[in-house]
Amino acid sequence: MPPSPCALCSSRALIVRPKNHQKLCKSCFLSIFEEEIHHTITTNALFERGERVAIGASGGKDSTVLASVLKTLNERHNYGVDFVLLSIDEGIKGYRDDSLETVKRNAVQYGMELCIVGYDELYGWTMDQVVEQVGKKGNCTYCGVFRRQALDRGATRLGINHVVTGHNADDIAETVLMNLLRGDLPRLSRTTHIVTSSVSSPIKRSKPLKYAYEKEIVLYAHHKKLDYFSTECIYSPEAFRGSARALIKNLERVRPSAILDVVRSGEDMAKLVPEGVSDVQHCAGRNEATPAGGEEEGSGGCGSGGGRSSGGEMADMEGQLVENESAREREVEITSTITTSNGISAKEKNTTRRHQQQDARKTRKLPRQNMGQCVRCGYLSSQETCKACMLLESLNKSRPKTEIEVGLEDEEEDSSSLRRRMENVVLAGG
Amino acid sequence: MVESVVADGTAEGSQIPITVEFTGGLEMLFSDQRKHQISVSPRDENGNAANVAFLIRYLCEEVMKDQRKDLFVLEETVRPGILVLINDADWELEGEETYELKKGDNILFVSTLHGG
Repeated sequence: MPPSPCALCSSRALIVRPKNHQKLCKSCFLSIFEEEIHHTITTNALFERGERVAIGASGGKDSTVLASVLKTLNERHNYGVDFVLLSIDEGIKGYRDDSLETVKRNAVQYGMELCIVGYDELYGWTMDQVVEQVGKKGNCTYCGVFRRQALDRGATRLGINHVVTGHNADDIAETVLMNLLRGDLPRLSRTTHIVTSSVSSPIKRSKPLKYAYEKEIVLYAHHKKLDYFSTECIYSPEAFRGSARALIKNLERVRPSAILDVVRSGEDMAKLVPEGVSDVQHCAGRNEATPAGGEEEGSGGCGSGGGRSSGGEMADMEGQLVENESAREREVEITSTITTSNGISAKEKNTTRRHQQQDARKTRKLPRQNMGQCVRCGYLSSQETCKACMLLESLNKSRPKTEIEVGLEDEEEDSSSLRRRMENVVLAGG
Repeated sequence: MVESVVADGTAEGSQIPITVEFTGGLEMLFSDQRKHQISVSPRDENGNAANVAFLIRYLCEEVMKDQRKDLFVLEETVRPGILVLINDADWELEGEETYELKKGDNILFVSTLHGG
Protein backbone atom coordinates (compact mmCIF):
# COMPACT_ATOMS: atom_id res chain seq x y z
CA MET A 1 0.00 0.00 0.00
CA PRO A 2 1.35 3.44 -0.83
CA PRO A 3 1.66 5.75 2.19
CA SER A 4 -1.54 7.67 2.86
CA PRO A 5 -1.29 11.44 3.19
CA CYS A 6 -2.57 13.38 6.20
CA ALA A 7 -5.98 14.89 5.49
CA LEU A 8 -4.81 18.25 6.82
CA CYS A 9 -1.17 18.70 5.88
CA SER A 10 -0.32 15.86 3.47
CA SER A 11 2.54 14.50 5.57
CA ARG A 12 2.49 10.73 6.03
CA ALA A 13 -0.67 9.70 7.89
CA LEU A 14 -0.15 7.47 10.93
CA ILE A 15 -3.59 7.52 12.51
CA VAL A 16 -7.09 6.67 11.33
CA ARG A 17 -9.64 8.38 13.55
CA PRO A 18 -12.31 5.93 14.68
CA LYS A 19 -15.12 8.45 14.67
CA ASN A 20 -14.80 9.62 11.06
CA HIS A 21 -12.06 7.58 9.39
CA GLN A 22 -10.02 10.74 8.94
CA LYS A 23 -6.35 10.01 8.26
CA LEU A 24 -3.93 12.20 10.15
CA CYS A 25 -0.20 12.59 10.66
CA LYS A 26 1.21 12.51 14.14
CA SER A 27 1.34 16.23 14.81
CA CYS A 28 -2.09 16.99 13.34
CA PHE A 29 -3.53 14.13 15.41
CA LEU A 30 -1.99 15.37 18.65
CA SER A 31 -3.26 18.89 18.11
CA ILE A 32 -6.77 17.83 17.03
CA PHE A 33 -7.05 15.52 20.04
CA GLU A 34 -6.08 18.36 22.37
CA GLU A 35 -8.34 20.91 20.73
CA GLU A 36 -11.36 18.61 20.90
CA ILE A 37 -10.85 18.27 24.63
CA HIS A 38 -10.47 22.03 24.84
CA HIS A 39 -13.78 22.27 23.01
CA THR A 40 -15.41 19.87 25.50
CA ILE A 41 -14.03 21.95 28.38
CA THR A 42 -15.15 25.30 27.02
CA THR A 43 -18.59 24.32 25.73
CA ASN A 44 -19.41 22.70 29.06
CA ALA A 45 -17.70 25.46 31.07
CA LEU A 46 -15.93 22.83 33.14
CA PHE A 47 -13.41 25.15 34.77
CA GLU A 48 -13.31 28.58 36.29
CA ARG A 49 -10.35 30.86 36.35
CA GLY A 50 -8.50 30.67 39.64
CA GLU A 51 -10.07 27.31 40.46
CA ARG A 52 -8.06 24.53 42.07
CA VAL A 53 -8.91 21.19 40.52
CA ALA A 54 -7.79 17.71 41.50
CA ILE A 55 -7.07 15.16 38.78
CA GLY A 56 -7.96 11.68 39.99
CA ALA A 57 -4.72 9.97 38.97
CA SER A 58 -4.13 6.24 38.91
CA GLY A 59 -1.01 6.15 36.77
CA GLY A 60 -3.01 4.40 34.03
CA LYS A 61 -3.39 5.61 30.46
CA ASP A 62 -6.57 7.63 30.89
CA SER A 63 -5.59 9.71 33.88
CA THR A 64 -2.04 10.14 32.60
CA VAL A 65 -3.31 11.45 29.26
CA LEU A 66 -5.84 13.62 31.11
CA ALA A 67 -3.12 15.19 33.25
CA SER A 68 -0.85 15.74 30.27
CA VAL A 69 -3.56 17.30 28.09
CA LEU A 70 -4.88 19.50 30.91
CA LYS A 71 -1.40 20.81 31.57
CA THR A 72 -0.91 21.54 27.87
CA LEU A 73 -4.30 23.26 27.48
CA ASN A 74 -3.99 25.19 30.72
CA GLU A 75 -0.80 26.72 29.40
CA ARG A 76 -1.92 27.12 25.80
CA HIS A 77 -5.33 28.62 26.51
CA ASN A 78 -4.53 30.22 29.80
CA TYR A 79 -7.33 28.61 31.84
CA GLY A 80 -5.78 29.92 35.03
CA VAL A 81 -6.55 26.62 36.76
CA ASP A 82 -4.31 25.12 39.41
CA PHE A 83 -4.23 21.35 38.77
CA VAL A 84 -3.25 18.92 41.52
CA LEU A 85 -2.85 15.15 41.26
CA LEU A 86 -4.93 13.13 43.70
CA SER A 87 -4.26 9.42 44.02
CA ILE A 88 -5.88 6.73 46.07
CA ASP A 89 -3.74 3.99 47.55
CA GLU A 90 -6.11 1.06 47.95
CA GLY A 91 -3.31 -1.00 49.43
CA ILE A 92 -2.96 -3.67 46.74
CA LYS A 93 0.57 -4.97 46.58
CA GLY A 94 2.00 -5.55 43.13
CA TYR A 95 -0.64 -3.36 41.56
CA ARG A 96 -1.25 -0.04 43.20
CA ASP A 97 2.19 0.38 44.70
CA ASP A 98 3.69 0.12 41.20
CA SER A 99 1.17 2.43 39.60
CA LEU A 100 1.70 5.01 42.35
CA GLU A 101 5.36 5.13 41.37
CA THR A 102 4.15 6.17 37.91
CA VAL A 103 1.98 8.90 39.42
CA LYS A 104 4.96 10.16 41.42
CA ARG A 105 6.99 10.44 38.21
CA ASN A 106 4.04 12.18 36.51
CA ALA A 107 3.90 14.73 39.34
CA VAL A 108 7.51 15.64 38.60
CA GLN A 109 7.04 15.56 34.81
CA TYR A 110 3.99 17.81 34.92
CA GLY A 111 5.10 19.97 37.82
CA MET A 112 1.94 19.21 39.77
CA GLU A 113 1.44 18.77 43.48
CA LEU A 114 0.56 15.17 44.43
CA CYS A 115 -1.62 14.00 47.28
CA ILE A 116 -2.00 10.30 48.05
CA VAL A 117 -4.68 9.09 50.44
CA GLY A 118 -4.62 5.50 51.59
CA TYR A 119 -7.40 3.15 52.58
CA ASP A 120 -5.29 2.05 55.53
CA GLU A 121 -5.09 5.53 57.05
CA LEU A 122 -8.76 6.32 56.30
CA TYR A 123 -10.36 3.01 57.15
CA GLY A 124 -7.75 0.92 58.93
CA TRP A 125 -7.97 -1.67 56.14
CA THR A 126 -5.98 -2.16 52.96
CA MET A 127 -7.71 -3.92 50.08
CA ASP A 128 -5.27 -6.80 50.51
CA GLN A 129 -6.62 -7.23 54.04
CA VAL A 130 -10.23 -6.82 52.89
CA VAL A 131 -9.75 -9.54 50.28
CA GLU A 132 -8.15 -11.77 52.86
CA GLN A 133 -11.30 -11.27 54.89
CA VAL A 134 -14.11 -11.34 52.33
CA GLY A 135 -12.52 -13.21 49.46
CA LYS A 136 -12.07 -12.10 45.88
CA LYS A 137 -15.76 -12.16 45.13
CA GLY A 138 -17.53 -8.96 45.99
CA ASN A 139 -14.47 -7.09 47.15
CA CYS A 140 -15.04 -4.49 44.40
CA THR A 141 -18.03 -3.26 46.38
CA TYR A 142 -15.78 -2.35 49.29
CA CYS A 143 -13.18 -0.82 47.03
CA GLY A 144 -15.73 1.28 45.16
CA VAL A 145 -17.50 2.60 48.24
CA PHE A 146 -14.19 3.35 49.93
CA ARG A 147 -12.80 5.04 46.85
CA ARG A 148 -15.62 7.50 46.53
CA GLN A 149 -15.13 8.73 50.05
CA ALA A 150 -11.38 8.61 49.70
CA LEU A 151 -11.43 10.88 46.65
CA ASP A 152 -13.78 13.27 48.43
CA ARG A 153 -11.68 13.28 51.57
CA GLY A 154 -8.48 13.71 49.61
CA ALA A 155 -10.01 16.66 47.78
CA THR A 156 -11.29 18.14 51.04
CA ARG A 157 -7.84 17.77 52.54
CA LEU A 158 -6.50 19.80 49.62
CA GLY A 159 -9.25 22.40 50.01
CA ILE A 160 -10.59 21.45 46.57
CA ASN A 161 -14.20 20.91 45.53
CA HIS A 162 -13.76 19.72 41.96
CA VAL A 163 -12.27 16.38 40.88
CA VAL A 164 -11.79 15.44 37.23
CA THR A 165 -11.56 11.79 36.25
CA GLY A 166 -10.25 10.03 33.15
CA HIS A 167 -13.49 8.34 32.04
CA ASN A 168 -13.45 8.08 28.26
CA ALA A 169 -16.09 7.54 25.55
CA ASP A 170 -15.61 3.77 25.65
CA ASP A 171 -16.20 3.76 29.42
CA ILE A 172 -19.38 5.81 29.04
CA ALA A 173 -20.64 3.64 26.17
CA GLU A 174 -20.04 0.53 28.28
CA THR A 175 -21.94 2.05 31.14
CA VAL A 176 -24.83 3.09 28.93
CA LEU A 177 -25.08 -0.46 27.63
CA MET A 178 -24.78 -1.99 31.10
CA ASN A 179 -27.53 0.19 32.48
CA LEU A 180 -29.66 -0.49 29.45
CA LEU A 181 -29.16 -4.22 29.93
CA ARG A 182 -30.03 -3.87 33.60
CA GLY A 183 -33.08 -1.78 32.85
CA ASP A 184 -31.65 1.00 34.97
CA LEU A 185 -32.65 4.13 33.10
CA PRO A 186 -32.24 6.53 36.03
CA ARG A 187 -28.66 5.52 36.52
CA LEU A 188 -28.05 5.56 32.81
CA SER A 189 -29.24 9.12 32.85
CA ARG A 190 -26.92 10.22 35.61
CA THR A 191 -23.79 8.57 34.30
CA THR A 192 -24.04 10.22 30.91
CA HIS A 193 -23.70 13.67 32.46
CA ILE A 194 -20.34 15.26 31.96
CA VAL A 195 -20.54 16.95 35.35
CA THR A 196 -22.00 15.17 38.34
CA SER A 197 -22.51 16.94 41.60
CA SER A 198 -24.61 15.58 44.36
CA VAL A 199 -26.10 16.52 47.64
CA SER A 200 -24.30 13.66 49.31
CA SER A 201 -20.94 15.02 48.30
CA PRO A 202 -19.66 18.57 48.36
CA ILE A 203 -17.24 17.62 45.62
CA LYS A 204 -18.12 18.16 41.96
CA ARG A 205 -16.85 15.62 39.45
CA SER A 206 -16.34 15.97 35.74
CA LYS A 207 -15.08 13.95 32.80
CA PRO A 208 -13.19 16.01 30.22
CA LEU A 209 -12.35 12.87 28.19
CA LYS A 210 -15.99 11.88 27.89
CA TYR A 211 -15.95 12.13 24.08
CA ALA A 212 -12.42 10.79 23.59
CA TYR A 213 -12.02 7.30 22.16
CA GLU A 214 -9.94 4.91 24.16
CA LYS A 215 -8.05 4.12 20.98
CA GLU A 216 -7.08 7.76 20.57
CA ILE A 217 -6.13 8.06 24.22
CA VAL A 218 -3.76 5.12 23.84
CA LEU A 219 -2.39 6.52 20.58
CA TYR A 220 -1.95 9.95 22.16
CA ALA A 221 0.00 8.38 25.02
CA HIS A 222 2.06 6.39 22.51
CA HIS A 223 2.92 9.23 20.16
CA LYS A 224 3.58 11.64 23.03
CA LYS A 225 5.65 8.94 24.73
CA LEU A 226 3.82 9.40 28.00
CA ASP A 227 4.84 7.39 31.00
CA TYR A 228 1.88 5.27 32.09
CA PHE A 229 1.27 2.04 33.90
CA SER A 230 -0.87 -0.78 32.58
CA THR A 231 -1.79 -3.76 34.63
CA GLU A 232 -5.21 -4.96 35.52
CA CYS A 233 -6.21 -4.87 39.15
CA ILE A 234 -5.34 -8.33 40.44
CA TYR A 235 -8.69 -8.58 42.20
CA SER A 236 -11.14 -7.49 39.52
CA PRO A 237 -13.12 -10.12 37.70
CA GLU A 238 -15.94 -7.71 36.80
CA ALA A 239 -17.82 -10.11 34.59
CA PHE A 240 -20.72 -7.95 33.51
CA ARG A 241 -18.62 -4.93 32.62
CA GLY A 242 -16.22 -7.27 30.85
CA SER A 243 -19.03 -8.49 28.61
CA ALA A 244 -20.22 -4.96 27.88
CA ARG A 245 -16.65 -4.03 27.10
CA ALA A 246 -16.19 -6.91 24.68
CA LEU A 247 -19.46 -5.97 23.01
CA ILE A 248 -18.34 -2.36 22.56
CA LYS A 249 -14.96 -3.38 21.18
CA ASN A 250 -16.59 -5.76 18.73
CA LEU A 251 -18.99 -3.07 17.60
CA GLU A 252 -16.10 -0.67 17.18
CA ARG A 253 -14.37 -3.05 14.84
CA VAL A 254 -17.40 -3.26 12.57
CA ARG A 255 -18.49 0.35 12.93
CA PRO A 256 -16.04 2.60 14.76
CA SER A 257 -18.51 5.44 15.18
CA ALA A 258 -20.72 3.12 17.28
CA ILE A 259 -18.98 4.15 20.50
CA LEU A 260 -19.82 7.84 20.25
CA ASP A 261 -23.23 6.92 18.85
CA VAL A 262 -23.97 4.92 22.00
CA VAL A 263 -22.77 7.82 24.16
CA ARG A 264 -25.07 10.19 22.27
CA SER A 265 -27.97 7.75 22.50
CA GLY A 266 -27.37 7.59 26.22
CA GLU A 267 -27.53 11.37 26.43
CA ASP A 268 -30.74 11.45 24.42
CA MET A 269 -32.31 8.75 26.53
CA ALA A 270 -31.28 10.69 29.63
CA LYS A 271 -33.36 13.61 28.42
CA LEU A 272 -36.42 11.39 28.34
CA VAL A 273 -36.07 10.33 31.95
CA PRO A 274 -38.40 12.42 34.11
CA GLU A 275 -36.84 14.88 36.55
CA GLY A 276 -37.81 13.17 39.78
CA VAL A 277 -36.55 9.83 38.58
CA SER A 278 -33.41 10.88 36.81
CA ASP A 279 -32.18 13.14 39.51
CA VAL A 280 -30.90 10.30 41.58
CA GLN A 281 -28.53 12.62 43.34
CA HIS A 282 -31.39 13.53 45.59
CA CYS A 283 -32.15 9.98 46.48
CA ALA A 284 -31.25 8.23 49.63
CA GLY A 285 -28.14 6.25 49.93
CA ARG A 286 -27.49 6.09 46.27
CA ASN A 287 -24.45 8.16 46.17
CA GLU A 288 -22.78 6.28 48.91
CA ALA A 289 -23.81 3.14 47.19
CA THR A 290 -22.24 4.34 43.99
CA PRO A 291 -18.55 3.74 43.94
CA ALA A 292 -17.55 6.82 42.11
CA GLY A 293 -14.18 8.00 41.09
CA GLY A 294 -12.29 5.33 39.28
CA GLU A 295 -15.28 3.11 38.70
CA GLU A 296 -18.21 5.34 39.31
CA GLU A 297 -20.14 3.72 36.53
CA GLY A 298 -18.48 0.42 36.74
CA SER A 299 -19.49 -0.99 40.01
CA GLY A 300 -22.56 -2.84 38.91
CA GLY A 301 -20.75 -5.99 38.06
CA CYS A 302 -19.31 -6.02 41.53
CA GLY A 303 -22.73 -5.91 43.06
CA SER A 304 -22.83 -2.47 44.56
CA GLY A 305 -25.91 -1.60 42.59
CA GLY A 306 -25.93 2.06 43.45
CA GLY A 307 -28.21 4.57 41.87
CA ARG A 308 -31.36 2.63 41.33
CA SER A 309 -34.48 4.63 41.71
CA SER A 310 -36.51 1.93 43.33
CA GLY A 311 -36.39 -1.67 44.34
CA GLY A 312 -32.80 -2.31 43.51
CA GLU A 313 -31.45 -0.05 46.13
CA MET A 314 -33.72 -1.46 48.75
CA ALA A 315 -32.67 -4.93 47.80
CA ASP A 316 -29.09 -3.88 48.21
CA MET A 317 -29.70 -2.29 51.56
CA GLU A 318 -31.67 -5.29 52.70
CA GLY A 319 -28.90 -7.52 51.57
CA GLN A 320 -26.42 -5.43 53.45
CA LEU A 321 -28.53 -5.51 56.57
CA VAL A 322 -28.97 -9.24 56.34
CA GLU A 323 -25.23 -9.50 56.05
CA ASN A 324 -24.78 -7.33 59.08
CA GLU A 325 -27.30 -9.33 61.00
CA SER A 326 -25.66 -12.56 60.10
CA ALA A 327 -22.32 -11.11 61.06
CA ARG A 328 -23.83 -10.41 64.45
CA GLU A 329 -25.13 -13.93 64.69
CA ARG A 330 -21.70 -15.28 63.98
CA GLU A 331 -20.35 -13.04 66.62
CA VAL A 332 -22.83 -14.26 69.20
CA GLU A 333 -21.58 -17.77 68.79
CA ILE A 334 -18.22 -16.61 69.91
CA THR A 335 -18.81 -13.88 72.42
CA SER A 336 -21.99 -14.93 74.00
CA THR A 337 -21.79 -12.39 76.79
CA ILE A 338 -22.65 -9.31 74.83
CA THR A 339 -26.29 -9.92 74.25
CA THR A 340 -27.18 -6.54 75.61
CA SER A 341 -25.24 -4.58 73.10
CA ASN A 342 -26.48 -6.98 70.47
CA GLY A 343 -30.05 -6.31 71.36
CA ILE A 344 -29.55 -2.62 71.16
CA SER A 345 -27.85 -2.64 67.86
CA ALA A 346 -30.40 -4.98 66.33
CA LYS A 347 -33.11 -2.60 67.41
CA GLU A 348 -31.19 0.26 65.92
CA LYS A 349 -30.94 -1.61 62.69
CA ASN A 350 -34.65 -2.18 62.59
CA THR A 351 -35.23 1.47 63.10
CA THR A 352 -32.78 2.28 60.39
CA ARG A 353 -34.42 -0.17 58.11
CA ARG A 354 -37.85 1.31 58.61
CA HIS A 355 -36.37 4.70 58.08
CA GLN A 356 -34.89 3.57 54.81
CA GLN A 357 -38.06 1.97 53.64
CA GLN A 358 -39.89 5.19 54.26
CA ASP A 359 -37.20 7.09 52.46
CA ALA A 360 -37.31 4.78 49.51
CA ARG A 361 -41.04 5.18 49.23
CA LYS A 362 -40.74 8.91 49.39
CA THR A 363 -38.06 9.10 46.76
CA ARG A 364 -40.24 7.50 44.18
CA LYS A 365 -42.16 10.70 44.05
CA LEU A 366 -40.21 13.38 45.77
CA PRO A 367 -36.65 14.44 45.70
CA ARG A 368 -35.04 13.76 49.02
CA GLN A 369 -33.71 16.64 50.95
CA ASN A 370 -32.82 15.47 54.43
CA MET A 371 -29.15 14.87 53.98
CA GLY A 372 -27.32 14.52 57.22
CA GLN A 373 -24.02 13.36 58.46
CA CYS A 374 -22.94 9.84 59.17
CA VAL A 375 -23.12 9.40 62.94
CA ARG A 376 -19.82 7.53 62.90
CA CYS A 377 -17.52 9.41 60.60
CA GLY A 378 -19.29 12.69 59.90
CA TYR A 379 -19.27 12.12 56.15
CA LEU A 380 -22.32 13.47 54.35
CA SER A 381 -24.90 10.75 54.28
CA SER A 382 -28.61 10.33 53.88
CA GLN A 383 -28.51 7.40 56.24
CA GLU A 384 -27.59 7.54 59.88
CA THR A 385 -24.57 5.47 59.09
CA CYS A 386 -22.86 5.90 55.75
CA LYS A 387 -22.24 2.96 53.49
CA ALA A 388 -18.51 2.91 54.13
CA CYS A 389 -19.07 2.73 57.89
CA MET A 390 -21.57 -0.09 57.41
CA LEU A 391 -19.06 -2.05 55.37
CA LEU A 392 -16.35 -1.26 57.90
CA GLU A 393 -18.53 -2.48 60.70
CA SER A 394 -18.96 -5.86 59.09
CA LEU A 395 -15.23 -6.01 58.41
CA ASN A 396 -14.30 -5.03 61.93
CA LYS A 397 -16.66 -7.61 63.35
CA SER A 398 -14.65 -10.31 61.74
CA ARG A 399 -11.32 -9.08 62.91
CA PRO A 400 -11.63 -9.98 66.61
CA LYS A 401 -13.25 -13.26 65.62
CA THR A 402 -10.05 -14.44 64.03
CA GLU A 403 -8.02 -13.27 66.97
CA ILE A 404 -10.21 -15.16 69.40
CA GLU A 405 -9.73 -18.38 67.53
CA VAL A 406 -6.03 -17.88 67.64
CA GLY A 407 -5.98 -16.75 71.23
CA LEU A 408 -8.13 -19.47 72.72
CA GLU A 409 -5.27 -21.26 74.32
CA ASP A 410 -3.58 -18.10 75.25
CA GLU A 411 -3.06 -17.50 78.94
CA GLU A 412 -4.19 -13.94 78.51
CA GLU A 413 -7.41 -15.06 76.96
CA ASP A 414 -9.58 -13.60 79.68
CA SER A 415 -8.25 -10.12 79.59
CA SER A 416 -8.02 -9.99 75.85
CA SER A 417 -11.52 -11.28 75.30
CA LEU A 418 -12.77 -8.73 77.80
CA ARG A 419 -11.02 -6.06 75.82
CA ARG A 420 -12.70 -7.36 72.73
CA ARG A 421 -16.07 -7.32 74.35
CA MET A 422 -15.44 -3.72 75.23
CA GLU A 423 -14.61 -3.02 71.63
CA ASN A 424 -17.81 -4.65 70.57
CA VAL A 425 -19.77 -2.58 73.02
CA VAL A 426 -18.25 0.55 71.62
CA LEU A 427 -18.91 -0.59 68.09
CA ALA A 428 -22.48 -1.55 68.67
CA GLY A 429 -23.21 1.61 70.59
CA GLY A 430 -21.67 3.85 67.96
CA MET B 1 20.66 -12.89 -9.02
CA VAL B 2 22.06 -16.33 -8.39
CA GLU B 3 22.66 -15.41 -4.75
CA SER B 4 19.12 -14.32 -4.18
CA VAL B 5 17.78 -17.52 -5.64
CA VAL B 6 20.05 -19.52 -3.36
CA ALA B 7 19.14 -17.36 -0.36
CA ASP B 8 15.46 -17.77 -0.99
CA GLY B 9 14.18 -20.68 1.04
CA THR B 10 15.72 -22.16 4.10
CA ALA B 11 19.07 -20.43 4.45
CA GLU B 12 19.57 -18.33 7.58
CA GLY B 13 20.10 -15.11 5.66
CA SER B 14 16.72 -15.28 4.05
CA GLN B 15 14.82 -14.84 7.29
CA ILE B 16 13.21 -11.44 7.79
CA PRO B 17 14.50 -9.74 10.92
CA ILE B 18 11.85 -7.59 12.58
CA THR B 19 11.13 -5.99 15.93
CA VAL B 20 7.92 -6.87 17.69
CA GLU B 21 6.79 -4.86 20.72
CA PHE B 22 4.03 -5.44 23.24
CA THR B 23 2.70 -2.70 25.50
CA GLY B 24 -0.36 -1.62 27.40
CA GLY B 25 -0.32 -4.79 29.48
CA LEU B 26 0.26 -7.29 26.64
CA GLU B 27 3.88 -7.71 27.67
CA MET B 28 2.68 -9.89 30.52
CA LEU B 29 1.58 -12.49 27.96
CA PHE B 30 5.04 -12.46 26.37
CA SER B 31 7.40 -13.25 29.23
CA ASP B 32 7.03 -9.70 30.63
CA GLN B 33 9.26 -8.56 27.82
CA ARG B 34 8.30 -5.50 25.83
CA LYS B 35 10.66 -5.78 22.88
CA HIS B 36 11.32 -8.97 20.93
CA GLN B 37 13.87 -9.13 18.10
CA ILE B 38 12.76 -12.00 15.93
CA SER B 39 13.29 -13.38 12.45
CA VAL B 40 10.47 -14.90 10.48
CA SER B 41 10.45 -17.02 7.40
CA PRO B 42 9.78 -15.03 4.22
CA ARG B 43 7.10 -17.55 3.25
CA ASP B 44 4.08 -18.69 5.21
CA GLU B 45 2.75 -22.26 5.45
CA ASN B 46 1.29 -22.03 1.96
CA GLY B 47 4.33 -20.51 0.34
CA ASN B 48 2.85 -17.00 0.20
CA ALA B 49 4.80 -13.94 1.29
CA ALA B 50 4.91 -13.63 5.08
CA ASN B 51 2.34 -11.10 6.19
CA VAL B 52 0.97 -9.84 9.50
CA ALA B 53 -1.61 -12.63 9.69
CA PHE B 54 1.29 -15.10 9.51
CA LEU B 55 3.21 -13.13 12.11
CA ILE B 56 0.27 -13.28 14.53
CA ARG B 57 0.06 -17.07 14.13
CA TYR B 58 3.82 -17.32 14.57
CA LEU B 59 3.74 -15.20 17.75
CA CYS B 60 1.00 -17.37 19.21
CA GLU B 61 2.73 -20.61 18.43
CA GLU B 62 6.39 -19.79 18.85
CA VAL B 63 6.80 -16.75 21.07
CA MET B 64 3.89 -16.73 23.49
CA LYS B 65 4.52 -18.97 26.49
CA ASP B 66 1.36 -17.93 28.28
CA GLN B 67 -1.56 -20.33 27.82
CA ARG B 68 -4.16 -17.58 27.63
CA LYS B 69 -4.02 -17.22 23.84
CA ASP B 70 -7.51 -15.74 23.81
CA LEU B 71 -6.20 -12.62 25.53
CA PHE B 72 -4.22 -11.92 22.37
CA VAL B 73 -6.10 -13.63 19.55
CA LEU B 74 -9.81 -14.22 19.02
CA GLU B 75 -11.20 -15.87 15.92
CA GLU B 76 -7.81 -15.91 14.28
CA THR B 77 -7.19 -12.21 14.46
CA VAL B 78 -5.99 -9.92 17.23
CA ARG B 79 -8.55 -9.45 19.92
CA PRO B 80 -10.73 -6.37 19.51
CA GLY B 81 -9.28 -3.62 21.67
CA ILE B 82 -5.68 -4.40 20.74
CA LEU B 83 -4.14 -1.80 18.44
CA VAL B 84 -1.54 -2.79 15.87
CA LEU B 85 0.98 -0.24 14.66
CA ILE B 86 3.20 -1.03 11.69
CA ASN B 87 6.23 1.24 11.74
CA ASP B 88 4.22 3.59 13.99
CA ALA B 89 1.27 3.72 11.59
CA ASP B 90 -2.19 2.36 12.35
CA TRP B 91 -2.32 -1.01 10.61
CA GLU B 92 -5.55 0.07 8.90
CA LEU B 93 -3.35 2.31 6.76
CA GLU B 94 -1.12 -0.59 5.80
CA GLY B 95 -3.66 -3.23 4.81
CA GLU B 96 -4.00 -4.78 8.26
CA GLU B 97 -3.24 -8.52 8.15
CA THR B 98 -2.31 -8.51 4.49
CA TYR B 99 0.69 -6.25 5.07
CA GLU B 100 3.80 -8.11 3.89
CA LEU B 101 6.68 -8.04 6.35
CA LYS B 102 9.88 -6.30 5.36
CA LYS B 103 13.33 -6.40 6.86
CA GLY B 104 13.62 -4.07 9.84
CA ASP B 105 9.86 -3.55 10.31
CA ASN B 106 8.62 -2.59 13.74
CA ILE B 107 5.28 -4.15 14.65
CA LEU B 108 3.73 -2.86 17.86
CA PHE B 109 0.78 -4.43 19.64
CA VAL B 110 -0.86 -2.16 22.23
CA SER B 111 -3.69 -3.23 24.45
CA THR B 112 -6.32 -0.61 25.22
CA LEU B 113 -8.13 -3.00 27.49
CA HIS B 114 -6.32 -2.29 30.71
CA GLY B 115 -7.50 0.03 33.40
CA GLY B 116 -6.89 3.73 33.39
